[in-house]
Parts: sequence; structure tokens; C-alpha cells
Amino acid sequence: MSRTSTTTRDRVRDGLGQDADRPDGTPKVTGAFAFSSDLHARGMLWGRTLRSPHPAARIVSIDTSAAEAMAGVTTVVTAADVPGKATYGLEHADQPVFASEVVRYQGEPIAAVAAEHPELAVRAIEAIEVTYEVLEPVTDPERAMEAEPIHPDGNVFRHLPLRHGDIEATGEVVVEGTYEVGMQDQAFMGPESGLAIPADDGGVELYMSTQWLHVDRDQVAACLALPPDQVRMTLAGVGGAFGAREDVSLQVHVCLLALRTGRPVKMLYSREESFFGHVHRHPARMWFRHHADRDGHLVKVEARLVLDGGAYASTSSAVIANAVCFAGGPYRVANAHIHGYAVRTNNPPCGAMRGFGVVQSCYGHESQMDKLADALGMDPVELRLKNALKPGDELITGQIITGTAPVREVIEAAVAHPLPPEPSDDDPAIALPGGAGLTAERSDVHRGVGFGVGIKNLMFSEGFDDYSTAGVLLELDGHGQPIATVHCASAEVGQGFVTLAQQITRERLEVEQVMLRPADTAIGSAGSTSASRQTWMSGGAVELACDAVREALFERAVAHGHLALDDAEHPLFDLRDGQVVEVGGSGSIPLVDLLEEGPIERTEVHRHAPTDPLDQDGQGNAHVSFAFAAHRAVVDVDPDLGVVRVVQVATGQDVGRALNPRAVVGQIEGGIAQGVGLAVMEEIVLDDGRVRNPSFTDYLIPTALDMPEVLATVIEQPEPGAPFGAKGVGEPPTISSTPAVTAAVRAATGLELPRVPIHPEDIALASAHDG
Amino acid sequence: MSDPDPTPTEPTPVPDPEAYELTINGRTRSVPSAWLGESLLYVLRERLGLPGAKNACEQGECGSCSLFLDGVLVNSCCVLAADATDARIDTVEGLADGDQLTDVQQAFLDAGAVQCGFCIPGLITTVHDLLDRTPTPDQLEVREAISGNLCRCTGYGRILQAVEDVRARREAAG
Ligand code: FES
Ligand code: FES
Repeated sequence: MSRTSTTTRDRVRDGLGQDADRPDGTPKVTGAFAFSSDLHARGMLWGRTLRSPHPAARIVSIDTSAAEAMAGVTTVVTAADVPGKATYGLEHADQPVFASEVVRYQGEPIAAVAAEHPELAVRAIEAIEVTYEVLEPVTDPERAMEAEPIHPDGNVFRHLPLRHGDIEATGEVVVEGTYEVGMQDQAFMGPESGLAIPADDGGVELYMSTQWLHVDRDQVAACLALPPDQVRMTLAGVGGAFGAREDVSLQVHVCLLALRTGRPVKMLYSREESFFGHVHRHPARMWFRHHADRDGHLVKVEARLVLDGGAYASTSSAVIANAVCFAGGPYRVANAHIHGYAVRTNNPPCGAMRGFGVVQSCYGHESQMDKLADALGMDPVELRLKNALKPGDELITGQIITGTAPVREVIEAAVAHPLPPEPSDDDPAIALPGGAGLTAERSDVHRGVGFGVGIKNLMFSEGFDDYSTAGVLLELDGHGQPIATVHCASAEVGQGFVTLAQQITRERLEVEQVMLRPADTAIGSAGSTSASRQTWMSGGAVELACDAVREALFERAVAHGHLALDDAEHPLFDLRDGQVVEVGGSGSIPLVDLLEEGPIERTEVHRHAPTDPLDQDGQGNAHVSFAFAAHRAVVDVDPDLGVVRVVQVATGQDVGRALNPRAVVGQIEGGIAQGVGLAVMEEIVLDDGRVRNPSFTDYLIPTALDMPEVLATVIEQPEPGAPFGAKGVGEPPTISSTPAVTAAVRAATGLELPRVPIHPEDIALASAHDG
Repeated sequence: MSDPDPTPTEPTPVPDPEAYELTINGRTRSVPSAWLGESLLYVLRERLGLPGAKNACEQGECGSCSLFLDGVLVNSCCVLAADATDARIDTVEGLADGDQLTDVQQAFLDAGAVQCGFCIPGLITTVHDLLDRTPTPDQLEVREAISGNLCRCTGYGRILQAVEDVRARREAAG
């Protein structure tokens, strides 16, 4: 397509490689930016969902008559009112729009109401009478594999075996461990919300914060028995996502209410409801056995990984694939034997969260690498360097790494950062573990340093037809100046795709003014804003569309005789300083002149290189590209109290190329915050399937006092095949930061700590026991 | 929305209708026929077309709804609107002077402190409050002052940078 090379030209203001400003920055600091929860329509009703209080029950009866009779309550809907398909789901449509016979998790929707005021909607929900026959929930995934199916589709979402090399191979040094990961929540700040407006054609317009407009639309349309083009979705301001908005939450409910009432309906989850309204990170129970020779070369990795997928499938089958494929870590492992299971239980459904399956296995393999280093009497960093993957190496899936793999470089960059000063008596009390609680004694504080390295696949794997669509319109504005307008359904969730789309367009078309149309379903799908994929996928689509516009400009120039076609050679044209020029020639024509005869608009679809499914041994070229990061964490721990302060996290991260360095740093720091959170704070506490802490009072995420100093180095090795050489940067910071912090706490305490998050009692009780 | 409509929720059949007035960003606004159980955050957002203060928890835990009540920083989700009739209410919408951003707002942009932005109005008001009360805070004081404002995107690094930039600039300007 492209006839000219892509290089960063600093003369393009806010082009690629520069700290371009966000187009939505100013409205976000003044309060003018419209998030989905800020939307309002004249005559709007408020929707609300009735949810099951039980993790497992049979529904004996539902009586909505009292709610329907309430003044100000416009409608009540249940499963009986769903006109189309009764179920939805990202990969398998196994989740009912409303439960009608069986309830499979606490918080499962049973009914929805629309009322004139949100408080009336709450009261209407309370007035619905549901009689349940409460059942014993199946909450242990190991038991669930053997138990009576709790769903017609069975209790195992996927069993994925992986056999690589000689599965009987053994090493001279063998270490073994069992590790657990608790259920983490994405805890985005902007709660689920959307506004549905019934349309004159019998369809519906939905303004929604989501990660993937088109799959939402398709699921809504199927459940409402509407053709997809009668469900028109527009992205409304998204207050963070991190995977939690990839599945449908209120989309079907709010559209159904709007169609039933013929009025606009807004739904907005409370924070408590949000904890029940979206999928979480899969809890994991993992057994690993690592074999190495005496010199520390890995010989074999064995593992059994069990992920609790909760009540419905969501993306469980892809999550377990990631966990299995990367169970060996970013290391050369000649032999591997792994079994992964994603299992259905009566716990809350789990699906996508930043790091997607790799977070769990990375915590396991990195814990093992430390154990192995200990058994070998080797420095843990040296052990990792010795086994670090490099280009041309083979993964345990049999796939050869054909792109960049700067594993050694990210490790060296992480450890090259200076360590923080040793704790001193001059430190203010608030800097001690326990923080604002001011609980730790300075003399009791122990420092520890830990290390972790991770690998993450970028974009969708296993043969999925992964693509993005973008349109670019180039025209003259009212003052005769060129202006480009980009149209792409890529969901901006905070990561900065809107900035990047402008940067790419400025760079490729040399225009200062770049506008963005709202992301909506009037154009083709951009795929999900997940899997670190939008820079590559939608960035690539914008690039292709820009290049198609360039081609059209060049053709115009030739057609008008401004530039000559050289028969011998394909002509080389370029855009420079507002002119279309002949490369190596003298011909040129101003862009503005070419646009005088009318605008140019092109829409292009971008696909990454195809991938293959995994075979029966978990082998195949299933992934597109890989990104790596290493983290070194420093913690202070008061073992008596069990409180931890993460003092510093230093990192090296493989980014391919930093297209907006300031935004890359933001992703790294934000990702590390979520990794630190999983290590020492964040867990949805379950008691027999019931969520015990659905609030920010009890589900703690890092505050500014909890966050360590972050020192980051980006490693730039342009990735072949990637638009502009850039790799996605969102996930790697979340993956290996967790094991790094855990290792640091182990180093500070000498405890085994085989589970994250590490709670104070895990340290304090074990310390008391040891002492 | 194709036709964004900032008009407040229409008068609705509510349990206990009663009109009252609020003074917001120097203007007196009438709140007609509102239910007295409504929080100040709800009334601003849903009745008066001022959605700048955000609603991440509505339980006093996240700071996204921060605004000034008689000059004191509060979580507006925990204030009843009808209790604020005698107070001066200043929201994030009132900070910038037309197109002229405050130094704090500009510093947030320059430092790259904004991602999804949901926490940002609360943080901007909190940082204004901090720097007005404590013009030269040290790092830990800044961290403590903003620790009631949860941000899930940034890890706070660029936000701390923005605060430091404003502090330094104000100090240099005397
Ligand atoms: S919305 Fe008020 S503190 Fe969270
Ligand atoms: S920028 Fe998203 S919550 Fe702070």
C-alpha cells in the first residue's frame, strides 16, 4: 500500500513519537467531558435491575404486580418479556438476559424496572416478590469438575492440555509449588451506565460506555429480535475499563426498557451493583514443577492450572489458553507438560481483566523461578537472564518468536535503576508500613527486594479473525485549509487512542487539523479495546485509511497532469510541507489545490497476520506478537502487624516504539498500580459464593499513599509487522509487578506466602507461628 | 447523543416535593419539586445540568464528587442538597475563567495526568484546596492530601508530577 517509508518527522507538530496532547484533555479537566453517566434526555426514565441474593437457587415464582402498580413505575420486565434470544455471551451465549428458572450466581439479574426517579426504581425493585428454593452452591472449582452440571453446557468451559518436547524429561534440580490468586476486580471509576432512546424505525439508539461496540450491538440485537442495523450504538465517555466492559452488562436491559416504554431510559449502576454487574479476574489454583540442570538451564515445566470461571462462560476459554501458553514464562523451556482447566461454579462470572490469564500463570512461574534460584544457590536475576527468551527461540507452544524479544534488555533495565535509600529514623511516620494508620514501629521494619519478568501476547490469538476498520476524510475547511476527519469504532477508555489517531493522521497526511467522529456502529468494527491491541489494530487501520487517501491524492495529481507517471518505474510521491511532491524529482502541487475539486474519503480494514488454533497438544502458531516487561520491587514490612509498604517499583518494558512517550509512562504507572493492588490489597472476598466486600470501603485499591515510586525505562526495538513498530503497552506492567512485590515481601519476611493478595494476617499469623 | 440536552430532569411525581434554591459558582439556581432525599451530587448532576462532579461510589469513599461548600472541600455525595441551601457551592465547572484554565488544570494536561478522566474533576478541586491551604507541600503531604481521591488509571505518578509542577511554578512566581 504505502509507497513511502514511515519515519518520524519532527516538523509535524504532535506527530508520532511526540508527547501529543489528548483531544479530550481540556473537557476532562474542566468537567465538561460527557461520561456515559452524565447523559440526559428529555422525558428520560431510570432503569434498575433486580438481582438474586442467592448464589444458587431455583426460582419458584416471580410476582411483579405490586411493583407495576406503584405510581411513577412505568414498566417491569422479566425473562418472559425478552423478545429474541434468551441468552447472550461473548464466546458462548450461555448467560440468560434474566434468570427465569435457575439462579447461578449472587447478583444474577432477575427483572428490571423503569421509573420516573431513581429512588422510585429502587423501591419498585424491592417490591418485586421472588420465591426461591435455595440450593447448595458449588463454589470449589475442583469439586465442580466432578459435580452435577449446574448449567446444560456442563461445568468445564475448557480443558487445554499442552505437551511440548519430551514430557518425560527430568532435571537434576526440581522445585514444586502450589499457588493461588484471589479474585481481583477491575474497579474502574466510572460505573456502568447507558442511555437508550427508542427510534422511529422500531429500533433503538444506545449511548454506552463499553470496550467493543459491535459485539454489544450484535448481542443486543439478537436478544431484542432486531436486525443489527436497528441497534445503533455510540460510545459514551468511558470511565476506565480494564476488561470489565468487554461483556454485556446493562445493554440488553436498558434497550428492552426503552422499547417497552417508548421513552429514553438511563441505567446507572451503583458501586455496589457494579461489583455484581461485571466479570472479574479469574481466581486461580496452580501447581507447578520446574526442572533445571545444575547450571540453571530450565529443562521442563509441568503445571496444572485451574481457573474459576464462575457461573457463565464469558471469555474463560481464551483466558485459560493464555494461562497455559505462557505458563513457561519468558524463558526457553525445551519440554513442557501442562493441563489447564477453566471451570464453571456458582461464584461470580469471571472474564477479561488486564493481563488476561497471564497474570495468574506469571505469578506462578515467577514464584517458581525464585524457588529454583534458591535451590540452585543462584542469584534470581542471573537465573532469569540465563534462560531469557530471544528472537528465534521457541515457545512451549512450538511457536518461534519471529519478532523482537528484548527479555535480557528489560531485565537489565529494571535492575539498572537505583535502589531507594535505606529506611532511616528520619523518615516520617506516614512513610512506614501501615501508612496513615501510623502503626508500625520503625525498629520492626524489614526491607525486601523482589523480581519478576513477564511475557504477554498482543491482540487476539488462536485463529480469531481479528480486524479493525477506520475511515479518513480529507477536505478543505471554511478557510480553505486542509482538515482530516477520522472515523473509527475503537473505544477510547482512557488509554489515549484518540490522541494516537490524530498523531497518525497528522503524520501521514501532514495536516494540522484532525477531527475525530464519535466512535459508533455506523462504521465497521474496530474490535475490542483489550489485549493491548488498539495501537496495532486500529492504529494500523487509521494508517491504511490515511495511505489510501494519499494514493487518491497522488492519482488526482497525475490525472491532472501535475505530476508525470514514469513508465519505467512506479512513481514515488510523498506529501511534504503541504505539497504532493515527486520523490527525487522536481514536480509538486499544493495539497490545497488538489482538494479544491472535492473531499477524499477512504475506509480501510486492517488485519494482523493470521494465527492458527492450538492443536490437541496445545501446539501451534497461535499468537501474533509478544511484549515483555521486568519489575523489581522494594518493600518495607512490619512482620508483627503484617503491614506492607511498597517503596519502589523499577521496570524495563518492551514497547516496540513509544508513539506517545508520556502516554506510555501513564500506562506503565497505572498498570503497576493494579499489579501492586493484586499483590497486597485487592480481593473480592467470597463466602460460599457470596461477595462480602462490594464497596470501596472494603475492596481496597491503591491510593496515592499506597503507590510506590515508579522508575521506568522503555526498550524501543521496532517490531516487524507492527504499524510504526509499536507494541501495545497496557498489559505488561500489570503482569510481572505482582510477583515482584510478592517476592519482595517473601524476602523481607522469609515466609512462603503462596497466595495473592497477601493479607496482613498471612504475614502476622505466620510470623507469630515462626517466632 | 445526537442532541445533547443539558436540561434538568423534569418535575417528577416524587415522595415529598418542595422547591428550594442553591448558590452555585456565584449563581442562584432554583431546584423545583425535588425529593428532599436527594444528595447535592445528584441535584447538581441530574437536575441542574452540572455533571462535573462525578459519582464513582456515592458512599464517601472515592473523592470523585469533591467540591467546595463554603470554601471547604466535601464529598458532595454525602451532603443532602436541601441542607446546602445556605451555603456557597463551588464546583469544578466554576474553576476555569472562560477558556482560561487554572494552573492546576493546565498542569494536569501538561504532565499527562489525565487518562479516562473520571477521577480528574475531584482531583483538580482537591489539589486546588491543598495548594491554597499548603502552598509548599512535600511529596508525602501531597500524597496524603490526595489519598481520598481514587484513580484507577494513572497510578498517580503523572498526577503527583502535575502537583509538583504547579507548586514549583507558583513558588517561582512568588
Ligand atoms: S462519589 Fe462521593 S466520595 Fe465517591
Ligand atoms: S484517570 Fe481514570 S480514574 Fe483517574
